[in-house]
Amino acid sequence: MLYINCPHCGLRSQNEFAYGGDATVKRPELNKEISDQEWDNFVYLRKSPRGKHLELWHHISGCRQWIKVERDTSTHEIFKTYKANEAIE
Amino acid sequence: MSQDFRLDNVGMVNREKKISFKFNGKKYFGFEGDTIASALIANGVHLVGRSFKYHRPRGFFGVGVDEPYAILQLDRNNERDPNIRATEQEIFEGLEVKSVNCWPSVNFDIGAINNFLKMFFPAGFYYKTFMWPPSFWYKIYEPFIRMAAGFGEASTKHDKERYEHKYEYCDLLITGSGPSGLASAYAAAKNGARVILAEDKPRFGGSLLTSDVNIGNQTGVEWTEKIIAELKSMPNVTVKNRSQVFGYYDHNMLVMSERISDHLPKTQKYLPKQRLWYIRANEVLISSGSIERPLVFGNNDTPGVMLSSAAKEYLKVYGVLVGKKPLIFTNNDSGYETAIEFKKNGVNPIILDTRSNPSSDIITEAKNLNIEIKFSYVVVAAKGYKKVKSADISKISEDKKELFNIENIECDCICVSGFWTPSIHLASQSGNKSKFNEKIDAFVPDKSKQQENTIGSANGIFTLEKTIKDAFDKGFDVSNKITEKNNKVSVPTVVEKKSTDHDKFWCVPLPKGKSYKRFLDFQNDVAVSDIELALREGFRSIEHVKRYTTLGMATDQGKTSNLNGLQLVSDIENKVVPQVGHTTFRPPYTPVSIGAIVGREVGKHSKPTRKSPMHSWHEKNNAIFVDAGVWLRPRYYKQGNEGLFEASKREAKNVRQNVGVCDVTTLGKIDVKGPDAAEFLNRVYTNAWLKLPVGKARYGVMLREDGIVMDDGTTTRISENHYHMTTTTAQAANVLSHLEYYLQLVWPELNVNVVSTTEQWAGAAIAGPNSRKLLMKLFPNLDVSNEGLPFMGYKEADLFGIPAKIYRISFSGELAYEINVESDNGYFMWEKIMEVGQEFQIQPYGTEALSTLRIEMGHVAGSELDGRTIPYDASLEGLVSKKKDFIGKRSLNRSAFISTDREKLVGVVPIDKTTSIPEGSYIVKDPKAKLPNPKLGHVSASCWSVEYDNPFSLAIIKDGKNMIGQKLFAMSPLKNKTIPVEIVSSHYVDPEGKRVRS
Ligand SMILES: [Zn+2]
Repeated sequence: MLYINCPHCGLRSQNEFAYGGDATVKRPELNKEISDQEWDNFVYLRKSPRGKHLELWHHISGCRQWIKVERDTSTHEIFKTYKANEAIE
Repeated sequence: MSQDFRLDNVGMVNREKKISFKFNGKKYFGFEGDTIASALIANGVHLVGRSFKYHRPRGFFGVGVDEPYAILQLDRNNERDPNIRATEQEIFEGLEVKSVNCWPSVNFDIGAINNFLKMFFPAGFYYKTFMWPPSFWYKIYEPFIRMAAGFGEASTKHDKERYEHKYEYCDLLITGSGPSGLASAYAAAKNGARVILAEDKPRFGGSLLTSDVNIGNQTGVEWTEKIIAELKSMPNVTVKNRSQVFGYYDHNMLVMSERISDHLPKTQKYLPKQRLWYIRANEVLISSGSIERPLVFGNNDTPGVMLSSAAKEYLKVYGVLVGKKPLIFTNNDSGYETAIEFKKNGVNPIILDTRSNPSSDIITEAKNLNIEIKFSYVVVAAKGYKKVKSADISKISEDKKELFNIENIECDCICVSGFWTPSIHLASQSGNKSKFNEKIDAFVPDKSKQQENTIGSANGIFTLEKTIKDAFDKGFDVSNKITEKNNKVSVPTVVEKKSTDHDKFWCVPLPKGKSYKRFLDFQNDVAVSDIELALREGFRSIEHVKRYTTLGMATDQGKTSNLNGLQLVSDIENKVVPQVGHTTFRPPYTPVSIGAIVGREVGKHSKPTRKSPMHSWHEKNNAIFVDAGVWLRPRYYKQGNEGLFEASKREAKNVRQNVGVCDVTTLGKIDVKGPDAAEFLNRVYTNAWLKLPVGKARYGVMLREDGIVMDDGTTTRISENHYHMTTTTAQAANVLSHLEYYLQLVWPELNVNVVSTTEQWAGAAIAGPNSRKLLMKLFPNLDVSNEGLPFMGYKEADLFGIPAKIYRISFSGELAYEINVESDNGYFMWEKIMEVGQEFQIQPYGTEALSTLRIEMGHVAGSELDGRTIPYDASLEGLVSKKKDFIGKRSLNRSAFISTDREKLVGVVPIDKTTSIPEGSYIVKDPKAKLPNPKLGHVSASCWSVEYDNPFSLAIIKDGKNMIGQKLFAMSPLKNKTIPVEIVSSHYVDPEGKRVRS
């Protein structure tokens, strides 16, 4: 079970969190004309990298903040965690 | 039977306490502290089971977790517990165990015929034999395999035992209390670290219990007792016996199973049977020791053939002789230690040593004790069927390829030692890639992957002096890293006998003309010939060989077989073992009860139960409850002999004719606050929200980004920057996460906060033509006229002294209001509504009547919003704004979503107006069409219309808009029904919506 360092609460067990998928996906701006392809990329297409991955976790049984976690998908090593609005290094 | 094989003055069992137990219905005696294995051996019993494939007789091979043979079934307090290892289970008064995998009895087993048919059971026999024809699987092969296979029978009854979970944190977890575990625990504890020391056996000490050594002028046992006593007295140390750390998971989370009362006759009421510990450790020292390796020879599975270290432990710990004419077959010095213990207790062993001329302290001692030793000798085959009676032995050539004159010598047990295999399982589970150590012919842990280090013989260190010294150092280093303290304890002096190298020989060749089975995996009956066959058939990868032959795949996970299997493959392939590689170790290290994994989360505790503040009123008034997520909701209120159908019909009818009240506390409620709240709602919902005035509610639909309807509900503007959102009971949690996602990540610039208020409000929906009259009496000072409180209006008022919120919203199609009060006042509100409502013929109604009412008016709910429907499908397209953007809008332009023949919501009425249509039925044009019958759609919800007194259903069907008036068929293959139906509008009652606005 992962041990995730919530930037708001500190180290907490994985079972307090819900997984939220790829954190690098950016929602297209509202009211912007975009192609079907662009929209499909946003809604459906995700990379499934082996290794470093920036992903979203939601601390649902804690502070209820969405956080960003940089994790290795094969070793589960967590390198860094970020607040939702923090700049990614 | 008397204990013929028990020595008088040796061992650690409690001779004061005699214990009787039953094995296969027969009564035996042992002592407190005995395992089933030691007690049976003391009684001369060696036949305890039959092997998996050939049903060959099985005895005892080891003395602990590595035991491949002695797996029994335990009957206790009228419950069955299969897969009990006799070498681990301690006896208690009244214990009853029996053999498994044999019928009708262990002595006469019909399945043993497999042994004579073994040419038909080669490697991969499942794949080859049971392939064709496919129809044979279900009726013939599977029942046969099921009957022949398996270790014991699981109980089908509810397990009444108590299991617990515990979460623990520590600086240092040490897995095993042998010399390295004790030394490192002591050093770390003295340096201030919070230590957990776990030992899987009842007794601490590991190899110190049986080896003839001296530490700090004390015997191994004395030193163990001293260290354990001191550790137990320290507040920063937890010492646990009967506790197996079986899994090493991510981020240094380890799981340990503690057997709390498995060894006790009758569990006290609140004493758990087992406890599962989830331990998050800063550091782990793996001191799990090593397991002796078997030597491979003909019929090496005969009862009486066992590991030499096991024979020594039975003798020294339990005072039990595994035989009185022992033959020791060894390729290293360990066999000599066992021989010396036999000799000291008046038994004359014969040692066969595969080495030609070894010399060491231990060998010299054996010679001085006049023990008969034959160098360059091997056991060719064990003789005897249910127990070893003699052995064919032979001198072997220097190159170990040739056998000379085979002679037969009498013996009643053969104690084998093929050197030691470090238990690297936990290190491997942690992600540590192991490396092969040629000196010991075994894998040892390589670079640490997580915060783990392996010490002692688990790390391939087989001298006590180095083990103790390293462990003291490691315990200090690791604790120093954590506590930054420098309290170093001195390392005691160690006296042990020097031993010499082992012989790299492990498998005795077959003599000419003989085809003895030479077993590698004793539990799955995998012999040398099976591996050879697999390689001949082209299997190369060790992972494939393993799966094809089932080598190492039994419940012992190949603890005694893996390495010999690898040796064999590398010999045949002319490779070295590290080139062959080894299979992956996965948790659990030893079998774990399902009960322990489940813990207390059974029955009522498997999930929380949520009840509304009015729950006790519902109970008192004969409510029959239904699970709605984790909520309990009244399904209907039973009167007299009514069933669900009659009661819900009565309740729904009363809403249409008079007035009803329904507990809607379970609806999700979310407060949305902030200056940008309107803008936020406008982006979340498909319809427009910017112009909703204060004091007004609006119905809204929200989508996922892929355009699928996520949830619906009403949201009310309470004040300028405060909205009260409601969600469905089922989606409440998801909607909150969804809103938080957009506020925190996508539009952080919006100044809005959301918080769940579901628990804060108790809700009662009042519906029916009499509801306004009732409201006038509940709130005499409030103007509840159609002008004062119009449809979708909102008012705050005083309900007999308590503050209440009144929403004029309707899910039933009737004139209706929803009253919310603070949860603590819910019961009071409900009683007042019932009391005042009496004169208007009020009746409470449950979820079944609620469904009937919503289906009749064509209001969609969970069964239509099933994760596949877009607004159009559920006839919600009128709520989709064309002007503004919102979550999921762009998806609605995708080609599949604008296609004109999409499935759409319709109503369905049976032509005969009497036959109910099962939910889930298909709507088809021709019921006799060839299968698969092209379906037009499916029936999503059904009810008995109280308005028209006939069955009515909602369905989502292809091109629904143009199907109104068509005569089709509803088919339910499950219920075996075909019903002629007519498609009608989904708005079956009051299609113009006059009543809700009246
Ligand atoms: Zn948090």
